Parts: sequence; C-alpha cells; structure tokens
Amino acid sequence: MNGFTRVGASPDAAFTVDVDGTPVPVVPGQTLAAALWAAGITAWRTTRGQGRPRGAFCGIGSCYDCLVVVNGVAGVRACLVRPEAGDVVRTHE
Amino acid sequence: MTEAPDVVVVGAGMVGAACAYYAARAGLAVAVVDRGPVAGGTTGAGEGNLLVSDKEPGPELDLALLSAQLWTRLAAAPARPLASAGPGPDTTFGALAEYEAKGGLVVASDEQRLDALCVFAAAQAAAGVVAVPVRHDELAELEPHLSRDQVGGVHYPQDAQVQPALAAAHLLRLARESGAVVRLGETVTGIERGAGGRVTGVRTDRGRIAAPAVVNAAGTWGAAIAASADVVLPVLPRRGFVLVTAPLPPLIRHKVYAADYVADVASDSADLQTSAVVEGTAAGPVLIGASRERVGFDRTLSVAVLRRLAAQAVALFPRLADVPAMRAYRGFRPYLPDHLPAIGEDPRVPGLFHACGHEGAGIGLAPGTGLLIAQALTGEKTDMDLAPFRPDRFEAGESAAEGAAP
Amino acid sequence: MSETADAAYDVVVVGAGPGGFAGAVAAADAGLAVAVLDAGSAPGGQFWRQPAAALRARRPGALHHGWRTYAAWRGRFDAHVASGAVAYFAEHHVWAAERIAEGGFAVHALAGVARSSGRTVTAATLLLATGAYERQLPFPGWTLPGVVTAGGAQAQLKDSLVVPGRRVVVAGTGPLLLTVAASLVSAGAEVPAVVEAADPLRYARHPGALVRNPGKLVEGAGYAATLARYRVPVHTRHAVVEAHGDRWVEAVTVAKTDRAGRLLPGRSRTIACDALAVGYGLDAQLELAVELGCETRREPDGGWVLAVDDEQRTSVAGVWAAGESTGIGGAQLALIEGELAGASLAAAHRRRTVRGAGRQSPAAALAAGGHAGRGMPGVAAEGRASPATAATARARGTSVAPSLLLRRRSRLRAFAAALQDVHPVPGGWTDRLRDDTEVCRCEEVPLGAIRDAVTELGATEPRSAKLLTRAGMGWCQGRMCGTAVPCVVAELTGGAAPSAASPPSRPLACPVPLGILAGTGDGPAPRPT
Repeated sequence: MNGFTRVGASPDAAFTVDVDGTPVPVVPGQTLAAALWAAGITAWRTTRGQGRPRGAFCGIGSCYDCLVVVNGVAGVRACLVRPEAGDVVRTHE
Repeated sequence: MTEAPDVVVVGAGMVGAACAYYAARAGLAVAVVDRGPVAGGTTGAGEGNLLVSDKEPGPELDLALLSAQLWTRLAAAPARPLASAGPGPDTTFGALAEYEAKGGLVVASDEQRLDALCVFAAAQAAAGVVAVPVRHDELAELEPHLSRDQVGGVHYPQDAQVQPALAAAHLLRLARESGAVVRLGETVTGIERGAGGRVTGVRTDRGRIAAPAVVNAAGTWGAAIAASADVVLPVLPRRGFVLVTAPLPPLIRHKVYAADYVADVASDSADLQTSAVVEGTAAGPVLIGASRERVGFDRTLSVAVLRRLAAQAVALFPRLADVPAMRAYRGFRPYLPDHLPAIGEDPRVPGLFHACGHEGAGIGLAPGTGLLIAQALTGEKTDMDLAPFRPDRFEAGESAAEGAAP
Repeated sequence: MSETADAAYDVVVVGAGPGGFAGAVAAADAGLAVAVLDAGSAPGGQFWRQPAAALRARRPGALHHGWRTYAAWRGRFDAHVASGAVAYFAEHHVWAAERIAEGGFAVHALAGVARSSGRTVTAATLLLATGAYERQLPFPGWTLPGVVTAGGAQAQLKDSLVVPGRRVVVAGTGPLLLTVAASLVSAGAEVPAVVEAADPLRYARHPGALVRNPGKLVEGAGYAATLARYRVPVHTRHAVVEAHGDRWVEAVTVAKTDRAGRLLPGRSRTIACDALAVGYGLDAQLELAVELGCETRREPDGGWVLAVDDEQRTSVAGVWAAGESTGIGGAQLALIEGELAGASLAAAHRRRTVRGAGRQSPAAALAAGGHAGRGMPGVAAEGRASPATAATARARGTSVAPSLLLRRRSRLRAFAAALQDVHPVPGGWTDRLRDDTEVCRCEEVPLGAIRDAVTELGATEPRSAKLLTRAGMGWCQGRMCGTAVPCVVAELTGGAAPSAASPPSRPLACPVPLGILAGTGDGPAPRPT
C-alpha cells in the first residue's frame, strides 16, 4: 500500500513540468519536492560555496535548502510550491 | 600579562582594534578590554562603508582621506590564513577582511540634485578627493542595472568596503602578533586616577589593570566610560536599520546611493531619514542601508523604515524588486552633537584618550583614528591637527560663556 | 507587486494550526470579527496537514491521529468562514507584525509561494499561533540529499502522499519519531530502524503524568503496534554517527550510546538506506512575538517559548498566543490553549465595548484595560473558575468551561514536561563532528571555521561567531543551526560562553521581495466599534 491507496486518492492524471529540461511527472496538488521525490530525484540544487548537491531538507518551508526557479521567479521553495502544467523549473545556481 | 601595559584600550570594535594595532606597532604594550566579544557593538551592526564621498570638506574628510590611504596599506599587509582554510601561502589582511576597493557612485534623480552634487564634488576635489563626474549615458557602463531615471552622478574611486566584524577581528589578530593582549568578556567598571587626576589604570569586574594611559574606544557606550572618569562626552545613539537581500550573483559593482544621502548624514534632525546605500558583498547578499533616527536605544522594528529603504533601493535598481530581503538588522551609531568624533587626550583627565563618536563612519575612519591615537600616545607629532576633535569641545562653549559673564 | 490592505478586524490570528484554528473558532463563536492568516493550504497546521484538495482523498485522515477531533473543529471553522465571521487567508506567509500609531496591530504577509503579492491586515488584537519547526543537530553527512527532517518527511507524506525514499531510517529523539515511522511504513516505505537517543527507562520517572493522560498512552501504543506489525526495530539510546554517500545518502552508521550520549565502543552498525528522516524535538517559531517585545522563557530542553498567563496573554497588551509557541505540547494542548485564548479575547473585547463605547479606539481601550490583571470573567488569578463561569461559557458558545480547559491544560502540560524530560536534546553529538562537518547548512560553515572564530578571532558567544563565520546568516536565518552553533561555541570556549539572554531576533519572519516591501502600507485604522 502506498500513500495514495492509504487515503483513497483519486486525482486527475499527472502532468509534467520541465525541470532543467527533463520532464518530471506531477500529480495535481502535489508539491514540487514531493513530485521530485516520487521521480527518485533527491538533489536539485547546488550550493554556492562548495558546489554540493542539495534537495528538500525540512519539508515545511523553514530551511530554504530546496530552492528552485519557477517560471523565472527565483528563491521558490520546492517543498511548498504546487506546480501547474507547463511550469518551467530551473535549479538554483 | 606579566607586566603592566602602556595603554588600555577600552573596546574591541573597529576603532579599538585600530588603536590597538597602531599603538602596538609603535612599540607600546597594549591591552584591549571589552565586556563582550570582538565587534559586539556597532561594528557588528554596520555595513563596512569606507566612504570619502559623503563627507564635505573639513576635518572629517581629511580624516577619511588619511584613513583611505591607510586602508589601502592595511589591505596589502601580509596575514596568516586561518587554520580552517588549510595549508597555503600567506594571504593579506584585505582578503581576510573582505576589503574591496570598489569605488562609490553617487547618483542624482534630477538636474537640480545633479547640479548640487557636482558643486559638492568640486569642493571635495579641491580638498583632495578623486571625484569624477559621470554623465547619464556613462552610468550604465559603471552600473549596468542602475535605473535609467538617474540623470547623472559622480564616481568616487576612493570609496571602499570591508566586512566590519572580520576587519576588526583580523586587525586585532595582527595587533596580537605585535604583542597586544586582548581581554574579552571583561567589563571596565571604572577608571583609576592618581595625583593631579592623572589616569593610573582601570578597574574591571576581574580586577584592576595598571596603565598610564586609557583609550576610550567604547563607541556608542563611550559616554559611560567618560563618565567613569568624571568627564562629560555627549555620545548618543542614532539608530539605523540595514536590509540584507538573499545572496545574488554580482549585480551591483559600486557603493551606490542617491545624492540626498549627503544631506541626511549632515542633518541635525531627530526624525527618520533614509537614503539607501546599495552595495553587493563578497558573500553574495546586497546590503541596503541605512536609516538614521534618534530614538535612543529603542530596538522596536519599524516596518516604515524598512519600506523606505526598500523603495529607495528599488528606485535605484529596479531589478531588486523581485529580490527577497532575507533579513534586517539594526545598530546604534555613536554620534556627537557636531557629527565629529572625539580623538585625542582629554585635557580634563591627563592620560585619558578618546577615540569614539564616529557616528556611521567609524569603520572607515578607524585606521586614521588609530594612527593619530598611537601618535598622541607616544608623543609624536600627529599627522593631523587634533583640535577639531578635542574631547572637551562640548564643555568649552559653556565655560567660555561663563567666563564672558560679568 | 500589488499590496492589499484589508478592513480591520477585532483579532488577527496568525497560524491555523490547532492553536490558531481553535482560537479563531472560539473568538468567532463569541461574535468577534476574526481574520486568520496561515501559510498552509488548508487549516490544521503541520499536525493536521492533509492531502491537497486536488488529490481527492476519500480518507484524508488515514495517515493522521485524532482526525475526528479535527473534523469537528474544521466544521465549526468552515461555518464561521461561510458566515463571514472568519476571514481566512490560506497560503499567506506573515513576515512582520507591528503596533500601529492608531492603536492595534498591522500584520504584513506575502500571499502565494512563487508569484507573491503583499497583504496587510489590521486588528485591535493579535493571537499568535505560529507553531514550531523541527530542531536539528549536525552530524557528518547531514547535508547529503536524502537526509530530511522527520517532520518534513511526515509533512510531504500527509500533503502529497509521497515518501522520501524506499528505505528510510528514522532517527533523533522525541515522540514524533514513532509517529513518522508508523506513517512511513503504512504508506509503503520500509523503515529498517528507528534510532532514538532517549532512554525509555526515564518514562518510569513520570508515572503520574503518564497515568493522567491515558489518551496519550493509547496514541503511543497505536504507533508502537503499527511498528511491531511491520517489524520495525526501535533502537533506544542510539545515535546517528554519520550518513554516508556521494551524491545522496546510501547508508547511515548508528551506534549505542551511554546515558550522556557518548558512543559506546564497538557498538555501531551501518544500515543501508536511501533516506534518513531525523529530528530532535521542536523549536517554537517566535519571530513576530519577539519583535513585538513579548516576554519569553526557556523550556527545560533549552528551547525558547513565549511566556503567557492563564488566559494565554503574552506580556504585551493586546497580544495573545497559543499552541507550540507557548510551549511544545502537541495538538490537544494547542487546541485547549486556542480555546482559552479565544475566550479571553472575547472577554477583553466585551469589556472594551462596555466601558469604552465610542470614546476610545478599541485598541487604546484594550491597551489600557485588556491586560493587567483583569481576567476572563470567573477565572481567578490562579486559574480556578467560579461555578458561574461554565454557564457564561456555554452562553457564549464556547464548547467547554474554562475551568475544565484549565485542568486539561495543566494535565497536558505535565505530560509535555515529562516528554521533554525523557527526550532531552541528546549530548555527545559534538564529539562526532569533524572539522569539515558543516554546522550551518546555508552558508556551508564547517566546524573548523567556527573554531577559528573562537580561538583566533575573538568570538566569545554565538552572535560574534555568526558575524565572523556567517553561520546562521543564510536563507534559513539560523533556524537549522540555531541549536548547534551556541552548543559548539560553548564547547570551544570551554563553557565560558554566556548562554543567550534572549531568543534570536529576526525582524523579517520570512524573506520578502523588495518590491513588495517597498509597497507595504500600514493598512487602514482599526474599525471603530
């Protein structure tokens, strides 16, 4: 059983968003971080100093480790933002 | 410490660090005492402006020009890298303190302001400032993201920037290498005096330190140190807020501000004044500061002040509109009624030297102040006439008036 | 960059978790005009975070505890929203709250996550229910992708029905760990181990608090049963030593510790995993209250919380607080605190209306008389209610008499205190840091840089260490390293570092685009009554 079956979810079909050129499926309503996790992607940001990979850490909008650029807007927290079909996501730095 | 120091410097901020550095280099045995850490007061709440551009001709500008020269020399001074940087060749004080000789750009939003700025700049140039008028069509070359609404400006290549806490800490580190002793977390509770009222040392919460000279480099809290030697030095706090953006790729090259800033700095008004100085930093964030208010040590957040800083920054750099302000901080500048610092020996208390009251310019003016204090301590001829900075000048008026009375 | 200023309300509630949610309902029950601003997409906070509406969950509570309680409160909340008594602003991130010249408060928020706009709401009074975030401690490898907070794993699961990995080690300390592990396994993840720093024997020191809270025991037993069913081993008095991996976490080393949290030699094991969910209790979110000048206190585990009285009033006239920001204690306690706050707010506004009618601005009347000993009717200073109170409360429409609420509150607080005693911030973790272990994630500040700041640069306490290293100066503003940096500095100074006299100051509670900040207004004056 997974989360979807556990709660009896029946969302519309997933759409894709463009993440650095790769199509990533998103179930309507999901956060971007969750969609990336579901796609097996745990890292999508590179740190400024050491160039190390980072992804979502706190998952509730406090740590800002999961920042992405969504449709040109920088500094967006992937753990909070709920993508829409056609969104273009670029990883930070 | 095995022997008594020649001088106790009270305050481990930027000015205290510079006094300690130059005094130690002059061969004096120096002890620096601070109730808190390094850079625990106004130094840790400042932007690190090293400006000549905002000063009108006069003693403060002369001190700024002297300091600018000294900053250049300090920046090149060799320094050991920190252990965490790993093994490597020597670096410089400038690199450790994030010194950037980036220059300032003062801009005007209309012809009237530009004319006033150019008159001001011409007077500065006559006093030795390098001030290069910039036409509207040249602005973009200096600052590609500057608003096109600015009609022109003046470029000041001598303006520079440091990270103030690092600058104070690394300068103290160099002072320690010249023999200075730094005693942090120790509070000076009184100044001891002997025959003729002469300073004999300080009392602290840990004991006493005998010394024939004491330097009051306590910044915004300098009035209290003066009072402990029974003299009045009316240093008062002037609150400032600084906005800090999220880290950005390099976007702003100079220290950029609107010409109105010059009027704000010189103002006697207690009301809020804001004229944002906008600058990038080595660490990435853009700093936007700073407001000026006389509200005592009130730490209450003022959204109105932040709003005005933000609005002015966006007016200068429209691209900043989408950039998040990540934090804000506040500090209290130490100012004296005539906006000049107190530098030199206090004629009322032999052996007590003051080096405080630099308002928002303390980081920039610190090396000059430190050098002049070291010269005064060793009895050398000072590089500048200290008369305008006399610590007793605020009493002189009263006593003169009393003397004139029948 | 639009800026919306909304009509003034009697009370603005910041946060729609259990505390804010119940406070809003109770205040609206009593006839107050209430605005609720919340960062979440639906009321309920982190505890009752639920599947996004578009996921169309038939059993939205399947991953939750106490869903029926939530549903009941939600029904009342929704009714007030429908009637207009509560104006509900979801996905609003409050960045500042300030006292305004006209009296009362302005609350400044960002609406939306990506393309945000500004909104300022004003009110005569404020109820802060800003909740908490999870406390973290650094260890080698904690910045590897796949290492997530336990609460974050839980939040993304409840919200978006996704787990952070297929094989998730859950580690740290606190009651949340079992909850998270149970949720993860019931959503299909494998949990090869729960690694709990605490010693369960310490529960024996609190028999009273446990016996008086049977519901809590049943809740705990439920999680334990789930974990037993999925054969999840729970290792107590164990700590994460290191997370391994190159681009993401591939394994963790855990080890048995002594009572002080120090590793016992030869008692470590390495567990393969593709995610690690970790947390060490909760830290209250206090930015707004601290900037307003509300008094704080420290909990036994060192965390800062707001000092409130029996009616959930802070030290600042006109400002109430409820929920985790007044003491970490869970959703049930937060609901009670919210109810008490709502009732107290209602009483304060009633007094104002009776006395001040038309002569004073509501806020001025509240500032003059809202605090300083004039309590909720029937509630004496020591928190006992007169028999008349219950009837008054019923007449007002609040669900339970204040006396009963106060009794429940003290019982739940006793339980919370017991939990904190059993699950303190563990020791020994600083031994496991290496010089290159990042203590501050945002600014990538390793332990070695903090050591330099202390030994070579004159940092003697956390603030100067921050100024000299940038630890805590990054995007999260020290929320993730706020526990670690002071501990590390204290250790490097040989314990000489004074502990902080006040919680950290963050004038901006979250980042605000400069364009929105530039357009922020004070909002209209509070509505005259």
